[in-house]
Amino acid sequence: MKENVLKVENVTMQFGGVIAVDNMNIVVNEKEIVSLIGPNGAGKTTAFNVITGVYAPTNGAVYFRGEKIVENYPQGKMKKLYKGENNGKYTHSIAPTPDKITKLGIARTFQNIRLWKSQTVFENILIAEHLRRTSNLFTATFRLNMEEERNMREEADRLLEILELSDVRDELATSLPYGKQRRLEIARAMATKPSLLLLDEPAAGMNPQETDELTAFIGRIRDDFGLTIFMIEHHMDLVMEISDRIYVLDFGKPIAEGIPEEIQNNPRVIEAYLGGAVDE
Amino acid sequence: MNKKKEVLISVILIAALLGILRILELNIKPTSQWAMLLTVLKKGSIYALVAVSMNLLNGFTGLFSLGQAGFMMIGAYTFGVLTIPPADREMVYMYYDGGIIKFAVPVVVGLLAAGAMAALFAFLIGLPVLRLKSDYLAIATLGFAEIMRALFQWDTLGPLTNGSNMIRNYPTFKTILFPFIVSGVCIAVIVLLINSTYGRAFKAIRDDEIAAEAMGINLAHHKRIAFTVSSFFAGVSGALLAMFQTNVQAKSFNSAMTYEILLIVVIGGIGSVTGSVISSFLFIASSEWLLRFLDEQHKIGDFTVPLLRSGFRKVVFAVIIMVIVLFFRQGIMGTREFSIGRLLERFGGKKKNGTEGGGKLQ
Amino acid sequence: MDMLSKNLPYLLAGISVGGQYALIAIGYTMVYGILRLINFAHGDIFMVAGLMMVYLSASLPMYLSIPLVILLTVLIGFLVERVAYKPLRQAPRMSVMISAIGVSYLLQNLALYITGGLAQQYPTIPWISDQITVFGASTKRVTVITPFLTIILVVLLVTLIKKTKIGMAMRAASKDFETSQLMGIKINNVISTTFIIGSFLAAVGSLLFFSNYTGVTPTIGTMPGLKAFVAAVFGGIGSIPGAVIGAFIIGICENLIMMLNQFVKVDISNFKDAFAFLLLIIILLFKPTGLFGEKQTDKV
Repeated sequence: MKENVLKVENVTMQFGGVIAVDNMNIVVNEKEIVSLIGPNGAGKTTAFNVITGVYAPTNGAVYFRGEKIVENYPQGKMKKLYKGENNGKYTHSIAPTPDKITKLGIARTFQNIRLWKSQTVFENILIAEHLRRTSNLFTATFRLNMEEERNMREEADRLLEILELSDVRDELATSLPYGKQRRLEIARAMATKPSLLLLDEPAAGMNPQETDELTAFIGRIRDDFGLTIFMIEHHMDLVMEISDRIYVLDFGKPIAEGIPEEIQNNPRVIEAYLGGAVDE
Repeated sequence: MNKKKEVLISVILIAALLGILRILELNIKPTSQWAMLLTVLKKGSIYALVAVSMNLLNGFTGLFSLGQAGFMMIGAYTFGVLTIPPADREMVYMYYDGGIIKFAVPVVVGLLAAGAMAALFAFLIGLPVLRLKSDYLAIATLGFAEIMRALFQWDTLGPLTNGSNMIRNYPTFKTILFPFIVSGVCIAVIVLLINSTYGRAFKAIRDDEIAAEAMGINLAHHKRIAFTVSSFFAGVSGALLAMFQTNVQAKSFNSAMTYEILLIVVIGGIGSVTGSVISSFLFIASSEWLLRFLDEQHKIGDFTVPLLRSGFRKVVFAVIIMVIVLFFRQGIMGTREFSIGRLLERFGGKKKNGTEGGGKLQ
Repeated sequence: MDMLSKNLPYLLAGISVGGQYALIAIGYTMVYGILRLINFAHGDIFMVAGLMMVYLSASLPMYLSIPLVILLTVLIGFLVERVAYKPLRQAPRMSVMISAIGVSYLLQNLALYITGGLAQQYPTIPWISDQITVFGASTKRVTVITPFLTIILVVLLVTLIKKTKIGMAMRAASKDFETSQLMGIKINNVISTTFIIGSFLAAVGSLLFFSNYTGVTPTIGTMPGLKAFVAAVFGGIGSIPGAVIGAFIIGICENLIMMLNQFVKVDISNFKDAFAFLLLIIILLFKPTGLFGEKQTDKV
């Protein structure tokens, strides 16, 4: 049996009176590519934000390789407001900041690209390697870490080469065309040496050709780097071609789960996407 | 242009600069009208350090802090209090029975202690306030500086701080080379930090905090480092300022002083170390010296030039600053740096083949 | 009775100065509410109003100089916004704040130039500067009327914001600057109105403030300005009632410190000014949005 890399357990995220994610359960296994799909506003990015520590969930827990990394239960004002399920099941509050989660080996990209805009392509990657440093403030300032510094630079160049960004190495990150910026975000996430990669709409705004390249690319990095990939995506061609399994979210609730063929023929999914047109 | 050659040229230029400064100092008589030049150079070098330290925070880490004058004050007092010769303490602390400290430390120890004390305060203040964002952080740090100022003038702490009286009779510098060397070394350390992996992390926080955190950069930790290091050097520059002024009083380290330092940083270019240095000298020179003529009456024939009288210089100066803030928002340097290598290439007409990323590693 | 007459002046002074801070604080909170800008020059506008009163009353009768001061202050507030803030509408927030600091620097230096650095004696405004006796404590009439005048002005202002069209535009702009622009609100008019109201209240505040503290110096606006800003943060920035309550609390507390100073062994009068900042830091740490502020979350 394959090991669970990521397990999202009964996660509910409620903002005020609005439930954005409702009792979500997701399991991602080693070296799988799992997609999370659903109409706009279904709570997909919110789910990512819970996993990566940007938001503490209102209730529920997240496990990474069997270890509980996030847990929360309704507190304070939420005690009265909470409308979700499993109230009382969780009693602890574990809410690490995003950087702690990244250090464990979970890296992400953003839906609305967030590159460091005054930095070059190369520097964007170099900075992302900062978290694996062994030098401290003193050794780094007085250049007693030359060996490490050199390794960081070589590693960054290697990643650029693999992601075919070497030709734009010294250009400002934000001067790149859209597709390359997305690719740079993936490269940057990989520079943190993750074992689980979360991609938030990696193909958004790409043309069909770029999307095809990306599809091939995602498959390749999974194989070459032994990564597990969990992604949000709207391009159904990409999702259906590449995913091992798919979760479908609608109004914060998971409504279906399965291999691509199952999802394609699932009436509830079709209804969620086409808005009740399934009867016609 | 190779690295070695660039370093060599830099060393020669620095030595030449120090040599020229020494020659100027030896040849300008205190009574000559050029004596002002020495004052400007001394004070400019001190302000350069505090401006660069503020730039480390505001320009490179994106933390808008307005506590710089407060940390300078802590440095100035720490230095003064620790270095007054025991024999003079009875006189300085005449209202407090000679104060509670009965020893004196050497100047270098005093300078380091000044930085360390400012850093310690910054560390403690940073624990709560660095969680705040942009303008809230600005106003909180400004508030802390004001609280510190009240604390240092508090009568009950008089045996330590001499209350609202001056601290004086501590050692001062004998030569202009002293503030230049101390500031120079400190600025060099800041530049090394900025170009290290930590400095890169600071810039990432400045550009996009959320992305920085998602890439594993611990925001609280790195902001605290930037804040503490910046305050350390503000403390050292405070000590230098104390030496320059020959006496210190807490009430002069007010918010207006922080604003001046901020304006220096803005004029030089937020995010440029060399910009801050150049602008410090320009700022001090124009406010203390070059615009002095505006404060005096001038007559052309029988015609008295209107408006010119005491204080006009500062008005003109403030207008110039507003023009820069409004129309030249990049300041003198923007985020670029002045570099000898590039300058030589410009004149040598050679094409640059090194790369930005590689070139920045020193 | 002796205890009362000895301590009452502190309380009265506290309420009075609180009212004056409140009038300045409204200017801060309204501007911040719409532009997200700490208008560092606001305290200096207050100082300039005081200075203009000194010079105008020297040559004009009171009934002319008072309205003229208010008018000119409003004009200056309006011009500062047009010249120093409007061109930076698209610039980062930090640039606008720096511009505000620049304006503050300019106004202070102008005042220094005009006054020659000497404290200017504020004129005695008849009636409000008269000495009166309240419960055996002697004070100026301005001390007593300030809180009432403040409350009246605040009620008027709140009505204006709640009931009029421009008030509605202001509320819309502070809720969502960009969208309100798209909805056809003339944003520059709204901002100008905000500055006009803020400067008007600062001018009234300066009339009251300087009737009690008679010396006008170029830097006198800084401290009341910063305290008023603290009051605005304390009350929840953007909230007018919040700013008023915050201002009264700061005004009263700092005078209570002076009162306490009579009873405790160590001299704590230095901390009169520092108190406001202490309050600020406490509120920022425990309730960063202030008493009545709304929470904002970053979108990822």
